[in-house]
Amino acid sequence: MGSVREYHLHTPLSEDDVRKLRVGDIVYLSGVVVSARDAAHKKILGLLEKGEKLPIDLRGLALYHVGPVARRKEDGSWEVIAAGPTTSARMEAVEADFIAKTGIRMIIGKGGMGKRTAEACKRYGAVYAVFTGGAAVLAAKAIKKVIDVYWLDELGMAEAMWVFEVEDFGPLVVTIDSTGRNFYEERMAEVRRRLEEEILPSLGGGK
Amino acid sequence: MVHLEDALREFLVELVRLATTQVPDDVVAALRKAYEEETDPLARRQFEAILRNIELASSSWAPVCQDTGTPYFYIKLGDEFPLRSGIYGVVRDAIREATRKVPLRPNAVDPFREKNSGDNTGRYTPWVEVELVPGDRLEATYVAKGGGSEAPSIVRVVPPIGAERRLREIVLRAVVDGGPKPCPPVVVGVGIAAGAEQAAVLAKKAAVLRPLGQRHPDPEVAKLEEELLEAINKLGIGPHGFGGKFTALDVHVEYAFRHPASYAIGVVFSCWALRRAMGFIRPDGSWEVVSHKIRR
Repeated sequence: MGSVREYHLHTPLSEDDVRKLRVGDIVYLSGVVVSARDAAHKKILGLLEKGEKLPIDLRGLALYHVGPVARRKEDGSWEVIAAGPTTSARMEAVEADFIAKTGIRMIIGKGGMGKRTAEACKRYGAVYAVFTGGAAVLAAKAIKKVIDVYWLDELGMAEAMWVFEVEDFGPLVVTIDSTGRNFYEERMAEVRRRLEEEILPSLGGGK
Repeated sequence: MVHLEDALREFLVELVRLATTQVPDDVVAALRKAYEEETDPLARRQFEAILRNIELASSSWAPVCQDTGTPYFYIKLGDEFPLRSGIYGVVRDAIREATRKVPLRPNAVDPFREKNSGDNTGRYTPWVEVELVPGDRLEATYVAKGGGSEAPSIVRVVPPIGAERRLREIVLRAVVDGGPKPCPPVVVGVGIAAGAEQAAVLAKKAAVLRPLGQRHPDPEVAKLEEELLEAINKLGIGPHGFGGKFTALDVHVEYAFRHPASYAIGVVFSCWALRRAMGFIRPDGSWEVVSHKIRR
């Protein structure tokens, strides 16, 4: 891989904004990012199923798989201390539906997602991008403000839906683009080929 | 002995705070070296983010990762140290206090009721291992073990014939099955023993306790560590799965004598954010941190 293409994008993201992105591109995102893990996905899809309105319109925004550590300051506002990504694969079962129903344009997490999400990204015009796992303070520094938090009492700090204002949040590496390419699937196929064809046959330890 | 219990609690809270916010020097050195040697542009970007995050966490005393881990205390209890079974209660009080003060994310969940205790204590939590040693000190190592990197851990008990070859294959397949999920570059611990749980315990301790870059004193074991490290780093998974030369920062192998009929192999991973702190406390309540220079 040669040089890396880099984009600075702002929400609301248009379909054109994300359709031009390709796997391996790096994005720095500013604007509004909404957190949701397992429980918030369930909650949001449940509300939409019943025909109810979400507390915030998610169209063109970015979704972040994160359970932050946050502290309430004396004036009642929130300070985010650590906010690295959680493993995205847990949301694979519901993410395609989530993209279809909310109009979200970017999903941010770690570890990659599967075929159904990639198909939804292609069909509806969205991307999946990875933020460096464990880089929790770097992420927290990009969060300039907690705009709101929903379902905090019901779901707890990690699972609540946080609405963050971010500035130059990144590096976010696109690993699923709107052409349906999946960087991790391609890379892991190559890793498995190396294992079987090159590495295992040359190992020590006898037969 | 109320006074000594207070000092011990204060000492343990400090270890938790240091481990959670300050990545130890050996781990930072291994990450820096990998960054310097890496040429793949996407992999380099991951190392840059990792190293910048370590600096930010350190200077702002914030948890390196929002997953502040499962708490493990490895204690060496001197024969003449005045507190004995009382240390268990102090350890629980210390983790409760650290959960509020550092702060830590509450990570202890009752698997039957799916309820989080809220203070990182619970049945067998924190995990405490006590070893009796000569002397009058209590030495403690705290490890904050991330949850995501537990997923690819495995134990297999294989027939002794052909086991050395199987071991290599089991370790490599575990690394590949983990892929980007355990937050590579990982540290891989391998345990060999008679029983399954012995192999797992030795693998865990090999992964989290031994400083990176230090080989096993037995040259045969050291040779296996180097062979495995080289093979793993040929896979090309790389930091967070973005390719390059460093899927693992190190491989540590530890062993017990096995049973003639069994060869148990444990493989345990640590994410790049390997968090540990070590120190000791004397009977008069004075204590020192050995793993970190206290910077405040």
